[in-house]
Amino acid sequence: MTTSPFDSYRPPEEGRRRRRRSGVRGAVSGAVSDAAQGVADRAGRGTSWLNRDGGGRREAPAVPDAEFSSYYGRGVIKPVPWDYKIPAYLFVGGVAAGSGLIATGAAATGRELLRRNSRLTAMAGVAVSGAFLVADLGRPERFLNMMRTVKLTSPMSVGTWILSGFAAFSGVTTATEVARLVPHPEHGPLGVIARLLDAVDAPAAVGQAFFAPPLAAYTAVLLSDTVAPVWFESRRELPFVFVGSAALASSGVQMVLTPTSQTGPVRRFALLGVATELVAMHRLEEHLEELELDEPVRTGEAGAKLRLAKVLTIAGGLGTLLAGRSRAVAVASGLALAGASALTRFGMVEAGIESAKDPRFTVGPQKRRLEERRAAGTVHDSTVTVR
Amino acid sequence: MGYLARQLGGRTDPAPDAGWEEPPSRKGFFTDTSICIGCKACEVACKEWNALPLDGLELSGNSYDNTGGLGASTWRHVAFVEQSQDRIEAARESGRRLVDLGMPSVGAPSAAPGGSLPDRAGSPQEGAGGGQNLPKNGMPAGYGTLPAPPEDHGPSLGDLLTEKDAVENGAHGTTVDGTPMVGPLPEFRWLMASDVCKHCTHAGCLDVCPTGALFRSEHGTVVVQADICNGCGYCVGACPFGVIERRTDSAASVRADGHVPNVGVAQKCTLCYDRLQHDQRPACAQTCPTTSIRFGEREEMVAAARERVVQLHEQGFTEARLYGANEDDGVGGTGSVFLLLDEPEVYGLPPDPVCATSKLAEMFRMAGWAGTGLLAAAAAAFLGGRR
Repeated sequence: MTTSPFDSYRPPEEGRRRRRRSGVRGAVSGAVSDAAQGVADRAGRGTSWLNRDGGGRREAPAVPDAEFSSYYGRGVIKPVPWDYKIPAYLFVGGVAAGSGLIATGAAATGRELLRRNSRLTAMAGVAVSGAFLVADLGRPERFLNMMRTVKLTSPMSVGTWILSGFAAFSGVTTATEVARLVPHPEHGPLGVIARLLDAVDAPAAVGQAFFAPPLAAYTAVLLSDTVAPVWFESRRELPFVFVGSAALASSGVQMVLTPTSQTGPVRRFALLGVATELVAMHRLEEHLEELELDEPVRTGEAGAKLRLAKVLTIAGGLGTLLAGRSRAVAVASGLALAGASALTRFGMVEAGIESAKDPRFTVGPQKRRLEERRAAGTVHDSTVTVR
Repeated sequence: MGYLARQLGGRTDPAPDAGWEEPPSRKGFFTDTSICIGCKACEVACKEWNALPLDGLELSGNSYDNTGGLGASTWRHVAFVEQSQDRIEAARESGRRLVDLGMPSVGAPSAAPGGSLPDRAGSPQEGAGGGQNLPKNGMPAGYGTLPAPPEDHGPSLGDLLTEKDAVENGAHGTTVDGTPMVGPLPEFRWLMASDVCKHCTHAGCLDVCPTGALFRSEHGTVVVQADICNGCGYCVGACPFGVIERRTDSAASVRADGHVPNVGVAQKCTLCYDRLQHDQRPACAQTCPTTSIRFGEREEMVAAARERVVQLHEQGFTEARLYGANEDDGVGGTGSVFLLLDEPEVYGLPPDPVCATSKLAEMFRMAGWAGTGLLAAAAAAFLGGRR
């Protein structure tokens, strides 16, 4: 933040986000004296050679209620360099994980059509997930470097192995489905393979169900184990949001693909997912509000997506609950649920990236927790020391 | 503390934790911003030695800082902050507050090795306002100097008496030791600070790297192996200081053949790992004309930093404080220690950085519960159908 008197001629940035309650006012003075404010007001909003590039990423100095200083409004931390492929992966991976559970449930309860559809969905989902992940790398050709090591401190390494395990079992279950779909001779090598697949079908189904919950849940850790304020601070709630999202997305897809006669359990699964998702998301928003970090999840594109996701979740949930036995309503509800899940993933990823770009969300909560610790007499863990 | 617990948080020596047997002493920087003159020789030397590509050529309008910040192709960055008198006063006030809070001396007072700072903080403010208690070095404290005797067109007798009176009555305030200050605060000051990778004791970037491309060197520093990194970008989001970044193809080559190395790969300061192997100082420290950047064993650097902050406090620069020297902070202390003259966020540094991985156990635990819940929900959905 510059306080050169010349910079006071820069008018306030238009369309500035509203500031919320003062958190750390007084701890550090924001910057600007009333005199400078008066000058800025007199200068008005006209454009001159002094301010023709007024705005941009710089924080205008004429901010009356600045709560902290920043370095020319630049972000303190850097957002992850991920584009749409990562939230898309989160969505598709969630569909795959939920479908894996549904497939095993369907296999255990003898729902053949549901089993076949969900197994194929899981396989397709896991393949597309992997493709998204590899495509988002800076050096996709070096993807296999992730498979050279197992690193428990890296959620991405752990997740790579979870995804690999899930993909391996999904491959086997998909192969058995293909063997059942494609006519093949009883004898000969093909027949032997088909019989082998039959034999490993049950263990593979168990394996798929074993890897499915971690696949649905680890992505929350993946996001939380960063310094993006929204992701890091929602570390206790995000896993529940994401497993709920996986449940309702995968059930939504099966409600679209499979006739209603076989999707009774899927509808119950969807409703459990809807309930989890709504409760967890509500708690997440409340927690972020306590930390004055709720702006990224409530405003902007991310906020719009998350609001629409909530509407679709409720609509899909009501449709499932009230008229799930009607095929048309089931398809519509299924689409709504899957769309809600996708929007939740995109909304959460974008909110996190937004929160990393704005120094307010980095410095504000950090200063507040520092003040709280100091007020409680805890000073031994401060990064800033004297003498 | 156990080996595993040491990996994620708390005091530790990082090189042995990373498996180095009998490593050399931990190396680090001490960047004393109070004597930085903003020449940017460190930026240039770093670019030269590491053959870093050009990452933009534009005027920012932010004082003399046209570099912007640390990034994939900028491993040293000199910040420029212009401050008016009220900001200087606020900085001094916040520094005094830190002293009053009883901030720990570096390395905690009880465990301070050598105890080179005998109870100075606790010394009573004897004779404040008496005008006779000059610091031990006999120099007056503050920005000003005592008025020169009225030879050769010196100050008028009136000014002389006013200033003498002001000093004797402590009108300009006192140092933290109670020595009266000479001269008012200046109307303006320039903060200049050379920022660099902190080489954290608990480095988020290193923890989350899924390929092992980031590693802990025997000197306790954190280095990227550019030929292993597959550019997943996870480290970018995990750095609490916004240091590491993935190099994009917008970087412009500075080489004759037009080649830009390591596009799509995460890049940051290596603390000149190659030079360290040959007992050379890092390029920035070698070139710094004012010794604002010092390089050496981390313990020595912390001791020097501590000595310097005491000296500055004696001289009345109560705003001086250390950043990163405390091993009990959120990242276990940093390898690069800074002496700052204002709150860290003024320089674009986070006020309370925390390595996200220190909360990894909690995150995985929550994800475990969420995953178990998902499995239970699927089981309930399918078993409920049997009834």
